[in-house]
Amino acid sequence: MLLDVSDLSVAYKGVSALHSVSLQVQEGELVSVIGANGAGKTTLLKAIVGWEPAASGAISFAGDEVTRMRTHLRARRGIRIVPERARVFTHMTVYENLMMGVYGLQNEVQVGERLDRLYDLFPILKERGSQLASTLSGGEQQQLSIARACISKPKLLLVDEVSMGLMPRLVDQVFELLQTLNREEGLTILLVEQNALASLKISHRAYVLETGDIVLDGDAKELLADPRVREAYLGV
Amino acid sequence: MDYLVNVAIVISIQAIAACGLNVIVGYAGQISLGHAAFFGIGAYASAMLTTKAGLTFWGALPLVLLIAAILGFLLGLPSLRVKEDFLAITTIGINFIVEAVFLYTPFFGKALGIGGIPRIYVFGQRLNNQMLLGLCLFFLALTLLICWRFTRTWAGLSCFAVRENETAASSMGISPVRAKLSAFVIGTVFAGLAGALYAHYVRFISAGDFGFPVSISMMSMVVLGGMGTLWGPLLGAVILGILPEVFRPLIDYRMFLYSLLLLLMIRFQPGGLLGEHSFVRTAFRGLTGKEKGGVAGV
Repeated sequence: MLLDVSDLSVAYKGVSALHSVSLQVQEGELVSVIGANGAGKTTLLKAIVGWEPAASGAISFAGDEVTRMRTHLRARRGIRIVPERARVFTHMTVYENLMMGVYGLQNEVQVGERLDRLYDLFPILKERGSQLASTLSGGEQQQLSIARACISKPKLLLVDEVSMGLMPRLVDQVFELLQTLNREEGLTILLVEQNALASLKISHRAYVLETGDIVLDGDAKELLADPRVREAYLGV
Repeated sequence: MDYLVNVAIVISIQAIAACGLNVIVGYAGQISLGHAAFFGIGAYASAMLTTKAGLTFWGALPLVLLIAAILGFLLGLPSLRVKEDFLAITTIGINFIVEAVFLYTPFFGKALGIGGIPRIYVFGQRLNNQMLLGLCLFFLALTLLICWRFTRTWAGLSCFAVRENETAASSMGISPVRAKLSAFVIGTVFAGLAGALYAHYVRFISAGDFGFPVSISMMSMVVLGGMGTLWGPLLGAVILGILPEVFRPLIDYRMFLYSLLLLLMIRFQPGGLLGEHSFVRTAFRGLTGKEKGGVAGV
């Protein structure tokens, strides 16, 4: 078990956002969490990454409990996130942004090799290397954010609403990329999405989150066929 | 001539302190309105060590820098837990407390201050003002060199990342507390260095030299020149150092003019004269046709 979230509850100023959520991710899996706006998807990722404290429950990663560990220490252990709206460092160049992804790991990661690999996947980042990240379009920033999170060869990649604000054509492209990273690099991915169809298509397994509770989980293909999911999230 | 040398000495000392403040405010994005406290700590430390402990300027200097670093660390630790306006208020508080300690404890000479601070000797040669200016310029160059180097280190880059987005930076393995503290300590060490030079230049110091208005004028220098740029604090120190000399008759309105300038800059050129989109830089780009980007490109 790479990631084991058990009975996790998170509250904002006493208002509960997640109630006893349990979720597991195995090494090499691509798992998605789907749900409507406000279901607690982002909160779940924030708790896993350490941006929100857990009110109760436990998070363990690669066999170690990390529930109270600070964010940067979890990152050092191999948990990386592509946050909502990319959050690139806009006043830094594209190259500098990528370099921040290997902060503290510059001796452990084959930086040149990783850059070559990522430039293959995201050619635009090589082209724009010396430009400020603020000059990139939304889709390009999203690509930069993914590359920045992947450059350190993380054990687990968390992806938060990557499709938000992207043109449909780009959404397909980004999902395809995530699939490539998972299938070819063996990158374990936990994907949180409103776009249920696109994420279920590339996932192995999925969880359905509704107002802070996991109401359904299982094989992604089965969920795609499940009438409840089809009605609520696929609009058919 | 001697008058010009004196003005230049003061400007270069203030530029060193402003460069230090720029590391905190410009590089790490942490507001500090109490920089004069560390300027004072450097000045008092050097004054005490040379007048009471009988050390020379050079014997005292490493200790002065160490004291500035330790106090910067100790005062930075609780301050950097709060953000933005609270941090501004906390640092103002630090300024007033440090000033009060100098003013009210007999050990620091109370309101009488400390006099009889020895001049600086280099190779047995007592420095006159021209030579002291040379020494200050040497330290200023060293300060700029270190600041420039810092922007190219991982520690420097991590400060920039924290300035831009603390949350995102933490998810990349960067400890925000560590990045901010390292910037704070570097900044306070430069303030300490400037303070030591100042003490041995004026040779008589008192608490009033390190009050809150001094912090404001240092902040004005950084904002005017350009927060986060390498040369901005120097430019700011030169302009704000020369202006009052040129407009001597307006000396009583100095703080008013500084504040006005600060407001105008924040309103119309928040990046400062050397900032990314400033008219100076745009004009310069037009002249050279060169485009530079990135934090390390300043």
